[in-house]
Amino acid sequence: MSAPPPGYPRLALQRALDNRVSAASETDAWLTALRGKGRERDEAVSRLHGLLLKGARFELGRRRAALSFVRGEELEDLAVQAANDALVAVLAKLDEFRGASRFTTWAYKFALLEAGVRLRRRAWQDREVVLESETWEAFSDGLESPGQRMERAEVIEALRTAMADVLTPHQRRVFSALALNEVPVDVLAERLDTTRGALYKTLHDARRKLRGELSAAGLVGEAEEEEEG
Amino acid sequence: MTPGKSEKRGSPELERLLGPTGHEVSCERCFELLDEYVELELEGSDADARLPGLATHLAGCPACREDHESLRALVAAERS
Repeated sequence: MSAPPPGYPRLALQRALDNRVSAASETDAWLTALRGKGRERDEAVSRLHGLLLKGARFELGRRRAALSFVRGEELEDLAVQAANDALVAVLAKLDEFRGASRFTTWAYKFALLEAGVRLRRRAWQDREVVLESETWEAFSDGLESPGQRMERAEVIEALRTAMADVLTPHQRRVFSALALNEVPVDVLAERLDTTRGALYKTLHDARRKLRGELSAAGLVGEAEEEEEG
Repeated sequence: MTPGKSEKRGSPELERLLGPTGHEVSCERCFELLDEYVELELEGSDADARLPGLATHLAGCPACREDHESLRALVAAERS
């Protein structure tokens, strides 16, 4: 964002940021400006967009290896889209900000979420998501002895049987995709028109059922008592 | 199946597939608390004790774990 022209009065948010005030004062300055009107708010929104774009670029740069086949121009488009959507989310949820962190930390998480979701979906854009079959690559295949290979086969068979016996068809599909086939949850959510949270809940329930079944067979430890979270 | 049964207990691949045990928050709650959790971590507070169930969720949910790693790295970089 550009600095105000010479002689133009600095806005309260700009002054706070320039003067490196305390974290609490900086947060107050952000909230006051974003809840304000006119030029003060416009400049705060513009500055916030810049902050979110920085966060989105950070995430895409950090996970660049997953998108090595994507041109830099397209990556920048993804960053801008993520920042735009994060800006809408932050402004819509401003009244939900509890002040448990700095405002900038709270805002950054929206940019990172939007960028991360776009990145995972772009990386899987041309890949098929197989829901019905399971792969067993999670289980090491570089085993030395016949005994270890037999044990591996028994573990896989026990898991396959438990999946068939205790999971619903939906839980089986979700567990296969997320746990066995390692499909990113945001990719599966898009394909099934649902949310990350709903799918993770299904995965969590499936895992607990399977753990109950397999711990009885002595293959894994037992689940701990769990409260609702 | 008796031989090796004791070795199979806690099969690491199976444990990983079945995720963490114990109380964990949902993805939505994780997102709500993530900024506070990261700041507690960076200031050296016991984030797990203050916000129980979040670390367990991060252990079981790769997408939320990536969000956490990135937010922590970004905020830490800004403050260094």
